[in-house]
Amino acid sequence: MAALSTERRRSSLSGWSGRSIIGVLLVVFILFFAVPIVWLLLAVTKSSKALVVDHPFSPGSWSAFAANWHQLFDFQDGAVTTWIGNSALYAIGALVITLLVSIPAGYALALTEFKLRQALLVLTLVVMLIPSTALVLPIFLELNSVGLIGSPLSVILPMSFFPFGVYLTYIYFSTSIPRDILAAARIDGCTGFQVFTRVALPLAAPIVALVAFFSFVQNWNNFFLPFVMLPSSDGYPIQVGLTSLLAATPAFNPSSAGSDSVQLPTLALGTIVSILPVLIVFLFSQRFLVAGMTAGGTKE
Amino acid sequence: MTLAPSSDRATTDASEGRRSRRGVGSPARRAVARSPIGYLFVTPYALLTIAFGIVPSLYAVQLAFTDADGGFAGLENFTKVIDDFRFWPAVLHVTIYLVIWLLALVFFVVGLALMVHAVGVRWVSTTLRFVYYLPGALAGASSVLLWLFVLDPTASPVSGLLGAMGLDSFVQVIQPGHLPAIFAIIAFWTGAGGWIIIMYGALNNISTEVIEAARIDGANAVQIALRIQLPMLRKWVAYMGVMSLAAGTQLFVEPQLLSQASNAVVPNDYSLNQLAYQYAFQQNDFNGAAAISLILLVVALLLSWVFVTRGGLFEKE
Repeated sequence: MAALSTERRRSSLSGWSGRSIIGVLLVVFILFFAVPIVWLLLAVTKSSKALVVDHPFSPGSWSAFAANWHQLFDFQDGAVTTWIGNSALYAIGALVITLLVSIPAGYALALTEFKLRQALLVLTLVVMLIPSTALVLPIFLELNSVGLIGSPLSVILPMSFFPFGVYLTYIYFSTSIPRDILAAARIDGCTGFQVFTRVALPLAAPIVALVAFFSFVQNWNNFFLPFVMLPSSDGYPIQVGLTSLLAATPAFNPSSAGSDSVQLPTLALGTIVSILPVLIVFLFSQRFLVAGMTAGGTKE
Repeated sequence: MTLAPSSDRATTDASEGRRSRRGVGSPARRAVARSPIGYLFVTPYALLTIAFGIVPSLYAVQLAFTDADGGFAGLENFTKVIDDFRFWPAVLHVTIYLVIWLLALVFFVVGLALMVHAVGVRWVSTTLRFVYYLPGALAGASSVLLWLFVLDPTASPVSGLLGAMGLDSFVQVIQPGHLPAIFAIIAFWTGAGGWIIIMYGALNNISTEVIEAARIDGANAVQIALRIQLPMLRKWVAYMGVMSLAAGTQLFVEPQLLSQASNAVVPNDYSLNQLAYQYAFQQNDFNGAAAISLILLVVALLLSWVFVTRGGLFEKE
């Protein structure tokens, strides 16, 4: 059935020229999105001289890769390892709290009635719109007054407040879960809590994965909050640590040429290492992302 | 706040629509509505909202209207930052960047999602979405670092392209006039894929019967895209607009790193967010910083309001 309608759709596309324009556009965007990444993967296998002299898309050597690797992880006595550990702690800590808080909240906003529901919805949207400085600086002062600055909690707690996740969950539950199914569960004797855990939650697996994914990616990549909250290099997550690497790269900062200076391929490797966990999570969640928003309760 | 009355109206409209379709208080609606778990489920979220949404916001308001000693300052902080010679250039920078970025986002994301969705071959469509999303893994400092390489003609993978445009050195590439476009490209490169996936999902949620009916009525693929799929994406486009606008006014890490990497060819007060940071941590003037933040907030809310009312974000179903 799906194949049949696909065939019909293709044949009804506005002919050969229309399809080739679409094809060209899709390929142009593939190049736009992929070329920098391919180049980056090759760059880490080159020496800094080869990076400038050789063809941009020529592969380097394992020995050059190993040299870059050692330079990166020897930087400031293994600071990179510390930063990655910090990132993991902050991102996973915030992710767990986010899921425990956001999914039930989105469900309740979409499918139950309670006082202040509308107010909380509006508030969620408003807070989502508040630019980060408007919150980061006051949050800095707020946490400063309770003595949390520099502690992991100063980034984990603000990051676990994730109105985007609540809103995503809310939209999903209010558009994609038919109320009839939930009503049927109640008629079959489920309590309100069981309706959520046994019926709504399994149906919402894709959205849970999506919220978890966005939360993790956003937490891992968060720059401004830890940049402000964590004064010491020991507490940096890798994203903030990258600025230290950049500052030690003579190619972008000539004054830094010294004993602990970082070469371009090493900086490139630092960039890859900084996103590796996100990349791995992405590969694992891909099935969910693709199935993603598509799963509906009653469809077919 | 100002949003409340009209969004109430939007919801009322929506629930009236629902009522007319289902009859007042259909059994399904009532069954769920009676459940007391609503409070239980939203309480933790409400607490976080208070701690990291409301309290800091009110604190920002208080800071913006007081002086360093805590006395009432009226509009002094606002006039101070607006008279700052760095303020209007920063406003201009962020505005140009936002216009370029939002236009690119709406135009290309919707276009690409429709095109990817129209691809009949399953593995092609999956691969496309995968490649488009891949840069999403690089956000924040990582993506800016990568683009530092791309924009530096000595090492760039597209040095030929840069050379063809007459750009032979890093400093030439990051001329002030180029920066809004550069930041828009970086933001689009990292962010577009996620939205393409979301739009694709929304397209999949459009019932096949609707599309089938249109096809039987003689609509071709382009007509279906423009007259059926596009209107049904409206809510998601509005959603993307709101989120991106909110994110866009925050412009910070891109100019910050570019400033660091260019020996201040790009100033460290390029964006409003950076200026607020300068006020807070270089000048120790949290009141001035709060004033800038509040200005940003009000502008973002006003602009988003347009998206919300136009996109019907608060309509359920």
